[in-house]
Amino acid sequence: MTETIEPTVHLTPLTEIHRELGARLIEFGGWLMPVQYGSILEEHRAVRERVGLFDLSHMGELHVEGPDAGAALAAALITNPPSLAVGRAHYSMICVPDGGIIDDLIVYRLAESRFLVVANAGNAATVSDTLAERLERYKAVLDDRSLATGLLAIQGPLSAGVLGPLTDVDLSALRYYAIAEGAVAGIPAMVARTGYTGEDGFEVFIDTSRTAELWAILLAGVRSAGGLPVGLGARDTLRLEAGMPLYGNELDLDTTPYEAGLGRVVKLDKPGDFVGRAALEKVARDGPARKLVGLIVEGRGIARHGHPVWVGDRRTGVVTSGTQSPTLGVPIAMAYVAPGDAEPGTVVDVEIRAARVPARVVALPFYRRQA
Amino acid sequence: MVPTDLHYTKDHEWVRVDGDEATVGITAYATEQLGDIVFVELPDVGRSLDQFATFGVVESVKAVSDLFAPVGGEVLETNAALTGQPELVNSEPYEGGWMVRLRLADAAQLDELLDATAYDALIAAG
Repeated sequence: MTETIEPTVHLTPLTEIHRELGARLIEFGGWLMPVQYGSILEEHRAVRERVGLFDLSHMGELHVEGPDAGAALAAALITNPPSLAVGRAHYSMICVPDGGIIDDLIVYRLAESRFLVVANAGNAATVSDTLAERLERYKAVLDDRSLATGLLAIQGPLSAGVLGPLTDVDLSALRYYAIAEGAVAGIPAMVARTGYTGEDGFEVFIDTSRTAELWAILLAGVRSAGGLPVGLGARDTLRLEAGMPLYGNELDLDTTPYEAGLGRVVKLDKPGDFVGRAALEKVARDGPARKLVGLIVEGRGIARHGHPVWVGDRRTGVVTSGTQSPTLGVPIAMAYVAPGDAEPGTVVDVEIRAARVPARVVALPFYRRQA
Repeated sequence: MVPTDLHYTKDHEWVRVDGDEATVGITAYATEQLGDIVFVELPDVGRSLDQFATFGVVESVKAVSDLFAPVGGEVLETNAALTGQPELVNSEPYEGGWMVRLRLADAAQLDELLDATAYDALIAAG
């Protein structure tokens, strides 16, 4: 006797459109999402060389508003949102008291007392509940608009050229990690210069009811610039080349920001207590027990998530993400290793199936765009 | 329609028999399912394979898949071109993308494989 309880899988406003475009759809973070429309390598190259369009409507959009919104977020997160100017954003995390990471986030300051917190799809409900709990003592309210918000990313060197003519937002004045309200193709939107690809690019927040309309207009522009729609497959290879962590691979509840090489994100010098402060101060003082490194595999084989990493007969750690780098043409990976093995140039072995394959520790990122 | 002169496994390998030699690869359908192939790991020449034994690995950008020998036999040759150009498996799955050549151990093993009509029906059923 088998009885299957189907979990709710969310559809974005574009799921049917992705299907019509021939996308292969997979469940990711509780959402049915396109992993690729055609070739992942071609989608990857389109973003590096021209422009790509992503449906990111699975991401969580949590609005925090009220006279204490800044103070409440400063106590709830490891960064100091009150230090943001209106219209600016920063990378942040929400941690548990022992310093483990619940999720990594982007925090945008939309107005003096209004913030937008963008969470990963798979963690959005947890982040929403945890934030709501942490806001209780403050004059601030949380409005989870994840299901009412569509999010499209246009990324790549030609992204400003495609988006610029369609929007009243002055993109030349929009700095990296800034956000502005305006219209795109006449549709009310917030346009942010953020992304997860290592390229210049924009993320456009709109109402779900207008997402399909905006997708069609942006896709026409992207295609006429020689670009492509891009799925989660290339999103993963792009972020890995750019040395950006993925929650569930590099980050989780058993990992602190210091281990992930993101100690600079933790604002220990901000006033007041915040969740995780005592534990994170201790890690900052004592040093992390392991460190995230980049690896370039020098033998034959591709290091993948879960492969053990060895130095001689000593197991030093484990691969968290790995792929064949489309841009560099070699296998790249991120791995946690013992702090003593984390120096660039260190030679390690990755256990790939039965074989030990030599790899070299390198500084992250693997790829940095030309300024 | 897939090539009619080949035999197929349910795991989407093909085998072409020429006398007592058998050439093995994966089908166009398999390459479409895998996407861009970026790495192929093949056995050493001289190794003896049982029918349906794992003989190697094919990796796309996202996924790692085992390769199964459609027939048993000793490995006579592997396709060295795939080391530098694994994408040949995508572009020429039945020709330049071949993987191993075997000394066919037992021609009767071919009876356990699918012919082109049966394989076509298998992939049509998804």
